[in-house]
Amino acid sequence: MSLSLLDRRLLFFTGKGGVGKSTVAAAFALLAAQHGKRVLVVQVDAKGNLTDLFEHRPVGFKPVQVHPGVYALTMNTQDSLKEYLKLNLKVPVIGRIGPVARALDFVASAAPGVKEILTVGKIVWEVREAIEGRADWDLVVVDAAATGHVVAQLGAPEAIRELLSVGVVKTQTEWMSEILADPAITALNVVATPEEMPVNETIELVAQARAELAVPLGAVIVNRVLPELFTRDDERVFAAMSEPEPTARLSSATGPGATAVLDGARLAVSLRRTRAVHLSRLRKTLDLPMLYVPYLFVRSHGLRVTHRVAEALGEELGL
Amino acid sequence: MTGRAVAPDASGFEQLLAAKEIMVFCGSGGVGKTSIAAATALGAVTRLGGKVLVLTIDPARRLASALGLEGIGNVERRVPDEALRAAGVTPRGELYAAMLDTKASWDDLVTRHAPDRATAQRILENRLYHNITARFVQSHDYIAMERLFELHATGTYDLIVIDTPPTRNALDFLEAPARMAEFFGGRLLRWLTMPYRMGSGRGARVVNVASRPFYQMADRILGSQFLQDIAEFFLNFQSMYDGFVARAESVERLLHDRRTTFSVVTTLEGAPLREAEFFCSELRARKFHLGALVLNKTLPAYLRSSEGSRSAAAMVTNADAVAAQLTDLGGELADPTHDARVLRTIGDSFENFSVVAKREAELRGELEGGSDIVLDVPGLEVDIHDIGGLVAIGDYLFAG
Repeated sequence: MSLSLLDRRLLFFTGKGGVGKSTVAAAFALLAAQHGKRVLVVQVDAKGNLTDLFEHRPVGFKPVQVHPGVYALTMNTQDSLKEYLKLNLKVPVIGRIGPVARALDFVASAAPGVKEILTVGKIVWEVREAIEGRADWDLVVVDAAATGHVVAQLGAPEAIRELLSVGVVKTQTEWMSEILADPAITALNVVATPEEMPVNETIELVAQARAELAVPLGAVIVNRVLPELFTRDDERVFAAMSEPEPTARLSSATGPGATAVLDGARLAVSLRRTRAVHLSRLRKTLDLPMLYVPYLFVRSHGLRVTHRVAEALGEELGL
Repeated sequence: MTGRAVAPDASGFEQLLAAKEIMVFCGSGGVGKTSIAAATALGAVTRLGGKVLVLTIDPARRLASALGLEGIGNVERRVPDEALRAAGVTPRGELYAAMLDTKASWDDLVTRHAPDRATAQRILENRLYHNITARFVQSHDYIAMERLFELHATGTYDLIVIDTPPTRNALDFLEAPARMAEFFGGRLLRWLTMPYRMGSGRGARVVNVASRPFYQMADRILGSQFLQDIAEFFLNFQSMYDGFVARAESVERLLHDRRTTFSVVTTLEGAPLREAEFFCSELRARKFHLGALVLNKTLPAYLRSSEGSRSAAAMVTNADAVAAQLTDLGGELADPTHDARVLRTIGDSFENFSVVAKREAELRGELEGGSDIVLDVPGLEVDIHDIGGLVAIGDYLFAG
């Protein structure tokens, strides 16, 4: 199946906390860069570790190259507001921008949709600049808010439009919504692990996004899929090995740790089995393309892991 | 406190619970706060007795199904004793469960604090109010703590166990009451709503001088209608100001009270663990009571054993020789090639899991500044979707 995800200009990645959303977003960016694209990665949560995944120091609001072809920025609504004021109020407010920005920041917390619009607005603005040839991004990848927040964020232009009857912002929400709703440009992707809660949240999010957002859904990326250890024949052999006499022989042949190895295999099988139930529930409930990333038995995260996840995603996408 | 008894040889965790009225579980998303909170409440009701309430904010409603309560809402419901007995535990007290309904809680709050019904109605119908309470998740932070306060104030429960909302910043909810009070008491809010409060005359002129640049800019960007909506909303809201601020301060006091304890849940993975450590140090810096640190979903220790590694290595490298020891047993083991393949598979798998288990142990070793009570809850091989599962988790918690 050709997903053509990498042909779009704006990819959001969301998911329940702890499922590896940042890793998958970083891997997509890396994969796109490996295919010659110039990618901007936006980290929406300032506390994230996105640049760690490229083994680069943290970055601020100004895009910085973190890997060949990959640039990153960390969202900051105050900086976004400053940039917005500078671009839109073609008046010399620079000297006075401090107090004004503070006051507007206050309005932002009074009507919290303003914060969301400053986040999504900056992202979509970068995409529009690129489409219209004023910025170099072939693709903008967003390590977006977690499942609980992402609908509020992506729905912000609509929400703001409902609240505002006139004003510059109202006009601007219109082109934002257009870009966000264009299936040739934008896709919202959900990262999940084959566990109960992440699967529940993914199913709920997809339903909510379909009901409340005009943003097209892309793919579900299932992360940390455990390998199937045994074929059915292997299982019978393994069951026979677990009997007392064979176990005793294994201990004398390989040492007293043989029982730990057998226990470990049983654990691996049952972990895989529990997850398989959730995986099939996800597959049955959702009619979205699914990409699978295997569980990586590695010591720590970093560029090496990002590469391996990118490789897995590349295979899944048939690249 | 009636009906709560703690044995002198009880574990640290049990003694902690016996001494407290509120336990707040915090930690980053996906670490299993909800199950740990439910298992704690269940364990408390079977070990200590009394009336125990578990309040959950989790939107996926897992707790509801785990406790056999479909569609529990803002109102607390008794978990039937039969459900506990069916799982093989005997309640010494009564277990209750409730789920936070953000919108309903906000509506209650407004109705309670508004000076009259008409004002309450105006606020409830304001579109900004709807947006703030329903659409934007930041409002969960405050309302969760507010609801906790309210439930505690009823005096009905000996112990309330709560899991915290999945905030972007796990500390947001701690600051929420203070922020709320500051927000409604803030000069800026008064300033913002001033032109609409003063109307005309001398006052209006003063406002114009002071805030002209702001209003001009805000008008242009947002439109004056929006500013007016905001002002109207806050003018209405300000009628509740005194009650609201006093309430937020009470919530803050309750969180700092010695009857309240915070426990941190984490898995032994880099990011959640870093957040948990940060959380412990922040709790301490802000003088909140730090109860237990729960290390959840850990891999079993045998995966790290050097004996296991040696056997696994032997099974991989000498698979054929080892298999030769088994074939004469016949049956399923008669085919040496097949035996060797299975041996290689399980040896490799052990080594794989061993890498992860060792990484976990290393992270555990680096844990500093945690709590006196550190509890290990191994990753159970099955999902926790029933009371039996919660009992199993509780056994690990109450052992430490």
